[in-house]
This record gives sequence, C-alpha cells and structure tokens, in this order.
Amino acid sequence: MRAPDHPILSKGDVLLAVENVSLGFGGVKALTDVSFDIRKSEIRAIIGPNGAGKTSMLNCINGFYYPTQGQITFKGVKRPKMRPFEAARGGIARTFQNVALFKSMSTLDNIMAGRSIRMRSNFFWQLFRHGPALKEEVEHRRFVEEIIDFLEIQHIRKTPVGRLPYGLQKRVELGRALAMEPDLLLLDEPMAGMNLEEKEDMSRFILEVNQQYGTTIALIEHDMGVVMDLSDRVVVLEYGRKIADGTPDEVKRDQRVIDAYLGVAH
Amino acid sequence: MFYREAGQFKTNYVSDSAIFPLREDRIGIGLIIAAAYALAFLGNDFLLQAVMIPFLIFSLASIGLNILTGYTGLLSLGTGAFMGVGAYACYKLMTAFPDVNVIVWIFVSGFFSAAIGALFGLPSLRIKGFYLAVATLAAQFFLQWCFIRIPWLVNYNVSGALDAPLRTFFGVPIMGPNATPQTRYLLVLTIVILLTWLASNLVHGRIGRMWIAIRDMDLAAELMGIRPLQTKLLAFAVSSYYCGVAGALLVFLWYGGAEYDVFNINQSFFILFMVIIGGLGSLIGSFFGAALIFILPIVLGIVLPAVLSPFGISVGSDTIEHLRFMIVGALIIFFLIVEPHGLARLWQIGKQKLLVWPFPY
Repeated sequence: MRAPDHPILSKGDVLLAVENVSLGFGGVKALTDVSFDIRKSEIRAIIGPNGAGKTSMLNCINGFYYPTQGQITFKGVKRPKMRPFEAARGGIARTFQNVALFKSMSTLDNIMAGRSIRMRSNFFWQLFRHGPALKEEVEHRRFVEEIIDFLEIQHIRKTPVGRLPYGLQKRVELGRALAMEPDLLLLDEPMAGMNLEEKEDMSRFILEVNQQYGTTIALIEHDMGVVMDLSDRVVVLEYGRKIADGTPDEVKRDQRVIDAYLGVAH
Repeated sequence: MFYREAGQFKTNYVSDSAIFPLREDRIGIGLIIAAAYALAFLGNDFLLQAVMIPFLIFSLASIGLNILTGYTGLLSLGTGAFMGVGAYACYKLMTAFPDVNVIVWIFVSGFFSAAIGALFGLPSLRIKGFYLAVATLAAQFFLQWCFIRIPWLVNYNVSGALDAPLRTFFGVPIMGPNATPQTRYLLVLTIVILLTWLASNLVHGRIGRMWIAIRDMDLAAELMGIRPLQTKLLAFAVSSYYCGVAGALLVFLWYGGAEYDVFNINQSFFILFMVIIGGLGSLIGSFFGAALIFILPIVLGIVLPAVLSPFGISVGSDTIEHLRFMIVGALIIFFLIVEPHGLARLWQIGKQKLLVWPFPY
C-alpha cells in the first residue's frame, strides 16, 4: 500500500511501543504499568477477561485517552499528546466493538469517507464537482471498488449500511478502515456476535490483509481458537496489568494465563 | 412505465456517481427549471411577487439551515440573525460602493454572514444538540441587538430601516421601487438555481461525506482523520453563507425594505420548521418544506372561500385565517406522523415505487 512517512521500517521492526503505560479514571485504574510492542507486519492479539483494559489500551493507542503515565512510541517517534484524528493521519485505523458506521450512508460512501484524508482537492473544485475534484473522486472510487471486491460486498455497494445485517456491517467497517491504508490496524472484537461461517470469512480477510498488504494488525478477540490461529504474538491483560506476552503456544502454557481464564483453586 | 432504471448502463465511475444517475431525473429537473423560467412570462404579478419570490428565498434559507442541521447534525436557532447579517452587509456594501453591480454585492454579503456564522459555530466543538441550539440562540439575540443598536449599519437612517435603492443591470432596474416582479423573480430564480447546484455538488462530494460522517458517528469520523472542528466550522460557514444571501434577497428583492424585526427568532423557527417538515439532509426537501409552510397557507386562503361558498357557508376573513392555521398545523402533524423523515423521504419512496410500477417490488 503506502510507504510509511518516517523511517522506513522493514518487517519485524518495532512499529509501536507501549512503555509503562498507566491509565486512571479518578480512583479507578484501568491500566497499570503495561509495556509491550507491536512489530511491523505482524498480527498481534490483545486478550484478557472482561474488564481487563483491552479496549482502554486501544483507546490510548489511537488517542481517545491519554495515558496518565508512560509513553507510546509510534514509528520510532515518541508521541506527543494527540487527538484521534491526528493518530488517524499518522496511519492508525480502527474498528469498534459495537459497529460504528455512518448509518445513513451507503456502503460505498462509508468506505469513500475512509478516503477523506487522502483526498486533496480544494473547496473551490468541490463546489463545481469538476476538474481535480471529479478526477479525484473517480481515482478514489477505483481504490474503494478494489476493497469492495476484496471483501466480497459488491452486492451491497449502494445499500444504506443501517439496513445491513450485523455480519456485513462488520465487514463494511473493516473496509472503511482499510480505505485509510493504515500502517497499523486496530480491530476491536472483529468477530463478536458472528456465526462460524462469518468468523471464518473474517479470519480469511484479516490474514489476507496482513499477507497481501503487509498491514500490521492488533486485534482484541475473545474467541481463543481464532486468536491462537491468527496471531503471531499474544499479550494477555488482567485487571489492567500485563500477565503474559509471547507466541500463542507460550501463552497457552503460561500458568498465570490459565489461572486468569479458568480461575484458581483456593 | 416511463420511469425505469432498466437499459441505462453505467460504463464509468463518473456517470455512476453522477448526482442524477437516471436519465428520467435529468429530463425532469430540466423541465422543472424550464417551467420555472417560463413562469416569469406566464404568471401574473401576484403569483410572482407574493408566492414565487418568497418561496424561492425561503427555500434558499432552508438549504442553508439544512446543510448545518440536516447534513452535519448541528441544531441552530440563529438562522434569522445570519440572514440579517447578509442583508445588513449587502446594504452597507451597495450603499458604500454604488458603482459595483448589486448582484456582486448580494453574493459577497454572504461571506460576511459566513464569517459571523463560523464565529458563533466555535462552541459546536464542545457542545451538541439542545445545548448548541441554546448557544446559537445567543447569536440570534446578540446580532439582533446589533441591528437595533448600531445605527451605522443602516447609514444613520432615522427610521432605522433598510430600504432597497434603485439598482440596474444593463439598464434594466432589478432592485428598488421600479423593478418589476418579473425581473426580480428572474434574478432570484437564477441565484437560487445556481446556489442549489453548488450545494448539491458539495454534499455529494468529499465535504458532504465528511459532514454526514460527523452527524452519524462523530467519534468514528474523527478516527477516519476528519478534523471535527474544521468540518463543523465549514458547515457553519457554508450554511450561514446561504442564509446570508437569502436574507439579502429577502429584504432587497422581496420586501423592498425592512426593519430589524424581520430577522427575529420567529424567522429562525420558521426556517427550522421548513427544514424538519421538508426532510433533514435533503436539498429537495428544503423546497418541499418551504412550499408546505409558505405556499400552502396562501393556497388555502384562496381555495377555502371558493370551496365553502357554493354550500352557502360564508365565512369571514378572520375565520378563514383561523382555519388556515388549523389546517396547516394539522397537516404538519400528519406528515410528521406518517413520515418523520420529512416530505423528501415520501418523495423518495414514491420514486422507488414508480421505478417498479405496476409491480409491488
């Protein structure tokens, strides 16, 4: 897809590093001293029981929350306090646990909206829908059609997304995030509420995105089968702390992870 | 039968993403525009002066508010004041520079209200919904206060009123007491068509998608890299531009002169109702809304006595007036219950049905 802006990272370099991040809301500690990294072109899973702070972690990464302590380094640059749109412009895209599509727009327009930051034609040309504005509209439409083909959603191109079934909405949301050509794609429970077939489809898309475009993916997921199959490395959170980090096999055998998921005999 | 999608194949993205992809729609819009121009020569002065000119002006103001409230989802009660800014700016400009053609000043005056609108739009980054409506109410009262208290705005005119000076275009009077309704109608119609076309280009492109994204899901929009403040302020500016031009037209091409109270809070509500009834987030809805709220009472005022008199019921003009209010009020409620998304949605459903007619689907 697109070459990264800053230092050119090759596969395996650290793309995003989270160092000693803590996040508190008043007295509640959502995250405590969490450190991990996400490497270029890998699929990184963040798992943990409910309320472990997984979504809070993603929110820190894309600028919804600012960590109370610690720092986040993205593409080798320590991040200043930034707003979500700045994170997006820096190359971080995201999907939500509960679908957050633009309900009244068609599938096509939703994905086109994901191209907004890449569209440059000025207000004047937009007014007349001519010259650069029209040319740009067509160029980006071509790109969006590629995504539509990739995700196999041609038939719902012009349907308002509010009318689509949940599984397809999730797919459109993935398409909208892909339209941004992100360096880092954050997926918050991409398979929640899906049946087996839809999960298989979604897994296939995630793997293909990762392999074809080399997009780095961080995903939160509760389906352990999916997590273990898809991800290269897994980080496990519990009560806002990191309890394990490593390949799926290592994590699976980790006693603290087993305790966290199955409970401990007292 | 005559309204079909079949056989019209799109072979490139330009024609597929056209604003009117259907040939029938393009023909229809052409016919409507032709009819509107023909009306200038066929209609009488009453029709042009009392019905068509104000209808077009209110439609333009509704388009303005629709861009803000319908497309971007920001509720505003300052429409009347923003219209006023346009009117006063136009007055100052055309009296200060009488040699420049007034049509130029009508378009330029919109920029003044755009600037004021963007200024009062600043709170929209932090507040939404009813709270934003209250914040824009501040604009309404503050600006109206300015219109009353700053005599400079009316060139120290003792009456405190705006009046339309005589202005010509290639020797034909287009403004002032000598301008015929016909020429004023043609001018208003041309401006409204031009601005509607520009608005439809905007809302169908990148900027329109950004506005709708902010309306539908502002958090997700921000994660797409859409800057919320800039996008909202742009909506305020464009919306106020349309309102400002509508305000200038209202005073100088319809009333011929007006005082500050034309731009009071009632005017804001009047436009807001048009937008809601017509359909939020629809340009054609703005025209429907203006027609229902403005033209329908006029039609009723003419039709009611004519309908009632054959039955020997003669009613006084005051009763007609009351009946008019009751019927329009009842119709508004009726339409809102039948289709809360406004007349534009009814129109769309009608078109969908027509596409497959005579089959149900």
